[in-house]
Amino acid sequence: MINEFDTIAAIATAVSNAGIGIIRISGEDSMRILEKIFEPYNKKKDVASLESHHVYYGNIRDGDTVVDECIVIIMKAPHSYTREDVVEIDCHGGVSVVYRVLNLVIREGARPAEPGEFTKRAFLNGRIDLSQAEAVMDLIESRNELARKNSISQLKGGLSDKIKKIREEVLYQVAYIESALDDPEHISLDGYEERLYPMVKEWADSTKKMLDSYDDGRYIAEGIRTCIVGKPNAGKSSFLNALLGEERAIVTEIAGTTRDTLEESVTIDGITLNIIDTAGIRDTEDAVEKIGVEKARKEMDSADIILFVADTSEPLSKEDFEILEQIRGRKKMLLLNKSDLSKKNVEENNPGLSGDVVPDVEDRWEQTVSCIRKYADADDPVIAISAKYHQGMDTFIAELKKMMFHGKIDANQEMYITNARHKNALDEALHSFQCVKESIENAMPEDFLTIDLMDAYEKLGLITGEAVGEDLVNEIFSRFCTGK
Amino acid sequence: MKVVEEYYDVIVVGAGHAGCEAALAAARLGCETIIFTVSMNSVALMPCNPNIGGSSKGHLVREIDALGGEMGKNIDKNYIQSKMLNKSKGPAVHSLRAQADKDAYSISMRYTLQNTEHLTLRQGEVTELIVEEGSIRGVKTFSGAIYHAKAVVLATGTYLKARCLYGDVVEYTGPNGLQAANHLSQSLAENGVELYRFKTGTPARIDKRSVDFSVMEEQFGDEKIVPFSFTNTEEDIKREQISCWLTYTNEETHKIIRENLDRSPLYSGVIEGTGPRYCPSIEDKVVRFADKNRHQLFIEPEGEYTNEMYVGGMSSSLPEDVQYAMYRTVRGLENVKIIRNAYAIEYDCINPNQLRLSLEFKNISGLFSGGQFNGSSGYEEAAAQGLVAGINAARKCQGKEPVILDRSQAYIGVLIDDLVTKENHEPYRMMTSRAEYRLLLRQDNADQRLTPIGYEIGLIDKDRYDKFCEKRKLIEKETARVKEVHLGAGRKVQEVLERNGSTPLKNAATLAELIKRPELNYEVLEELDPDRKPLPEDVIEQVNINLKYEGYISRQMKQVEQFKKMENKLIPEDIVYEEVHNLRKEAVQKLNDIRPHSIGQASRISGVSPSDISVLLVYMEQLRRQKRG
Repeated sequence: MINEFDTIAAIATAVSNAGIGIIRISGEDSMRILEKIFEPYNKKKDVASLESHHVYYGNIRDGDTVVDECIVIIMKAPHSYTREDVVEIDCHGGVSVVYRVLNLVIREGARPAEPGEFTKRAFLNGRIDLSQAEAVMDLIESRNELARKNSISQLKGGLSDKIKKIREEVLYQVAYIESALDDPEHISLDGYEERLYPMVKEWADSTKKMLDSYDDGRYIAEGIRTCIVGKPNAGKSSFLNALLGEERAIVTEIAGTTRDTLEESVTIDGITLNIIDTAGIRDTEDAVEKIGVEKARKEMDSADIILFVADTSEPLSKEDFEILEQIRGRKKMLLLNKSDLSKKNVEENNPGLSGDVVPDVEDRWEQTVSCIRKYADADDPVIAISAKYHQGMDTFIAELKKMMFHGKIDANQEMYITNARHKNALDEALHSFQCVKESIENAMPEDFLTIDLMDAYEKLGLITGEAVGEDLVNEIFSRFCTGK
Repeated sequence: MKVVEEYYDVIVVGAGHAGCEAALAAARLGCETIIFTVSMNSVALMPCNPNIGGSSKGHLVREIDALGGEMGKNIDKNYIQSKMLNKSKGPAVHSLRAQADKDAYSISMRYTLQNTEHLTLRQGEVTELIVEEGSIRGVKTFSGAIYHAKAVVLATGTYLKARCLYGDVVEYTGPNGLQAANHLSQSLAENGVELYRFKTGTPARIDKRSVDFSVMEEQFGDEKIVPFSFTNTEEDIKREQISCWLTYTNEETHKIIRENLDRSPLYSGVIEGTGPRYCPSIEDKVVRFADKNRHQLFIEPEGEYTNEMYVGGMSSSLPEDVQYAMYRTVRGLENVKIIRNAYAIEYDCINPNQLRLSLEFKNISGLFSGGQFNGSSGYEEAAAQGLVAGINAARKCQGKEPVILDRSQAYIGVLIDDLVTKENHEPYRMMTSRAEYRLLLRQDNADQRLTPIGYEIGLIDKDRYDKFCEKRKLIEKETARVKEVHLGAGRKVQEVLERNGSTPLKNAATLAELIKRPELNYEVLEELDPDRKPLPEDVIEQVNINLKYEGYISRQMKQVEQFKKMENKLIPEDIVYEEVHNLRKEAVQKLNDIRPHSIGQASRISGVSPSDISVLLVYMEQLRRQKRG
C-alpha cells in the first residue's frame, strides 16, 4: 500500500518569538506519539484514556527531562480538520522550545508535513471541497493581509455558495425543460423562453461579476505588476526608493521573470506592488536603453499598471513624449516629480531666490501639466510628487487604490476570484450562458437550450468540485504535490 | 427415468420483444439457438399499448434496426398508422411512432422466427437453470427435459410469478390471461440472483361499436411516412392509415376515481410491487396532478380485423364496476362496452445491477438477460436489451469480446448503462432527457451512428453496408460543397431572402451560413444554388441538420470528448476498494456492488459522490506512478 497517509507533524503557528506555538500532529500514530511524550498533570490519567475534544494540561517530556508545560487538545477521527486523529500541543516556551517539541514528535515517528499537507488530507478525506482546499493553498501562499482575508472568505465557502446557488437554479430549469419534453401533456413550455431569458441574463451577470473580480483578486493575491518608466534622470529610482522607504512599507526582493531583471515587492496598506526590473532602473536609471526597446516594451506589456515619471523641473522633452506615445491606452499614472521645485516649494526652500524665477517655475509647471494632459488618456491621474522629500506619496497610494480596485477594495465585503482554474471555468460558463441567450433570441426550440445550460452547469461544478473534470488529478497533483 | 436431452449454443427463455431479438441475433450470428415460449400464440405479444415507438422509444427502434435487429422491419410490415411526434421541437426529440396491428405483428414475428436458419421455436416453460462452477450449462423445462447450452438469455418479461389485479380480484396469470411462470424464480434465487417485485398496468379494451367518435378529435397519421427500418423507403410501405381518436377525462371521472381509491389494490396495499412513475395509472394521475381538471385519452385501434380499441391514458386497477362507471363519464364513451378489463400486473424481475454492461450476469458466466426481466418497461426497451443480450451471448459462444455501446453512441447505451449502474426501483422507461448527448443521438441518424457497428458484428450484410457507405459519402460531399457555395449580396439573393422572411445580406456569405438562419433551410435556398444535383431525401435531411445545427452539434461533440476521457479511465478489475483510503463506507459498498469498469461509470453510481471520484482518481494515479516508478 502507498505510504501516503502516515503521521505528519508541523508547527501550526507562525514561527516568531511570540509566546505560544502550536504543534499539530495528524495520522494514525498521533495518539501513540502523544503517549510517549506527554504526561498529564493529573497523573492518574493515562494518555490513551484521554477524551476527544477535551483540553488537557501537563508536561512534554523528553525521557526524564521536562521540555515545557503545555496544553494538549485531542481531536479523534473523523471529527478533525483532516478527518484523521489529530493532536495539537500548545507550548509557550518560544521558538527553540517549539522546535524541540516538534523534533521529539518526529523522533517518535511522525514525518514533517509538507506545505499544505494537512489541507491535502482534509480534501482527500472529503472534509472540504476543492475550492476550499485551493483557498487554503492560496492562504499559505498569500502575500499580504488582504489576500489572506480573501482566502479565508473563499475557504468559508463564499465562492462555493455563490456558484452552488446558480447551479441549483440552472438545474431546476433544465429539469423543467426536460420534464416538459417528456410529459408535454402536463408540463407546458408556452411562453417559457420569455421567462427563462431574464434568468439566464442574471446568471451570466453574476458569472461576469465573479470573473471581473479575477483581476482584482489576482492583484490582491499576487500583487500588482508595476512598471516604472521615464527618461533618464526623471527620478525613477528616487521614486522607487521613496516608495520602498515609506515607513509602512514592507519590502521583499524577489527573483524576476528573466535573469537580468530584479523584482522588488513592496506592500503598503495591504496593497502589494511588484516592481518590474528594479535592476534596470537602479543600474542605469534608464530601463529603456539598457534592456532595449523591444524588451522594455515586453516588460511594459506584462505590467498591470505603468507609472510614468517626469521631471518637472525642466520642460518636457521629445523623449518624454515618445514614452508617453508608447504607453497610450494603458492603465497608468503620471507622476510629476520634483514638484518641490514648484512655486511654493521654491519659495520656501530658497527664501533668497529672486522673484523673476518664480513665474518661470509656475509657468513651466502649468505648461508641463497641460502638455502631459494632451498626451495622456483622459482618466489618467496626474499626481505631483517629490521623491526627494517624500511628498505626494499618500495621494499616490489613494489614487492607486482607486484605479486598481475601483476605490472599493474591501476584503471583508467582496470576494475575489484568485485561481486561474476558477477563472477558466467561469469564462466557459459565461460563454455557455451567452449561447443560451443567443438561442433564445433565435427562437431555437427548447431542447437546444439544455445543451448549453448543462455545459454551464458542469463548468461551474468544476469550481466547487461537484463535477469532476479530467484535469482534476493534474490539478491535485500539481498543487498538493501528492506522491512521487 | 428417461428424459429428453438436447444440445444448443444459445437458449433464449421467453419469446416477447426481448426474446425474439435475442434469438434472431444469436441464430443469425451462426449459433444453434432455441427459444422457449409459454404459448405459440404469444410470440412478440403486445399486451399493453398498440404502438411501437414514441418519444425516445422511436429512437431505440431505429437503433435496433441500424444494428440489424427485427423490430423496425416488423412494425413497417404491420403498422396501421404512422406519425412523427414533436415536430415543433428540435430534430433531437423528433420521434417516430406507429400504431400496430397487434395480431399481425405477432404472427409476422413468429413467421420470421420459424423461418430463420439455426433457430428453433419451442413451446414450453423453463423451470430451472443448470449452473455449474459459476457457469451456465443449460436449462430444464417443466416436463423434465434438459437443454444444454453454452449461453442462456433470460427474457421472461412480466411472467415470473405474475398475478393480475383489479379491485379485489386477483388472477394468478401472466398478461392477457396467459399462463404465468411460477418455478424459475426459485431457481434464480437458489443461484444467488437478487429479485425485485415490480408492477405495471394496462387500460381496458373497449368495443369500437359502443364508442361515439363524432364527439372526439380525429387523430390522423402523417401524410409523409417515415419507415422505421432504414432498409425501407416510403413507397415500400405506404398504405391507407387508420385514425386514432382524442377525448378527455373530466371532473366527474376524477370524482368517481377519488371516491373509490380505497378499492384500488394499489392504494389498499394489496400490490407490493413498485409501479412506473412515467407511465402512471389514471388513479395516480388524479392523485398526483390534483389541480388538473382533465387528462388526455387516446382511443386507438388494436388492429385492422378486430373491434377492440385501447383507451390510452387510462390504465387502472380499480374494480370492474368502478371501471365501467369511470369510463362511461368520458365524452364519447357514455355507452361503452368493455371487452377486456383494465388490470395491474405484478411480476418478479431482477436487480439489474447484477449485470455487466454486456448484460451477462457478473456471478454466472454465460447467463445473459434482457427486457422487462431486467426491470425496464416498454416493448422497445425490451427489444433493445434483447438484441444486445443475444449478440453478446453469441459472441460468448464464439469466444469474442462483448459489444458494448456507450452513452455517446446510442440510446441503447444509455438504457443499459442506466439499468446496470444506477439504482432502479421502478420499471425503467426510456426518455429523451436520459440521454446527455441527445442532439447527436437522433432518430434520423441512427444508421449513421450504428450501421458500421452492426456490420462489424455481422448482423448487417454487405449489400446494406455498401448502400449505407454510399449514403454517408453523399452526405459528406454535399455538406462540404454547400460550405463552398459563395453568395454575394446581389439582387437575386436579397430577393430570395426577403421572400423567405430573412434579413438581406450585408456582406457575402456561403450557402451554409444562410442555412443556419432559423427561418431558412437547405431546401428553400435551392434557387440560389444552381449547381445542386438531385439527392435522396434522407441525404438532404442529414445535410440540412448537419449545417443548420453545426454550432450546437460541435459543442455537444466537445461534451462527448470530455465524457470519453472519463470513460476511458478504466478501473483495474482486481481493485480492492477497501484498500482505497478515504473512500466513504457507502461508496465502497456501492462500488463493490456495481464493480464499474471505468471512472465514468463509477461517477454515475448513486451513492458515489464527486469527492469519492476524486479519491479514486488520485488512488489510480498513485498506482500508475508506482508502477512506472
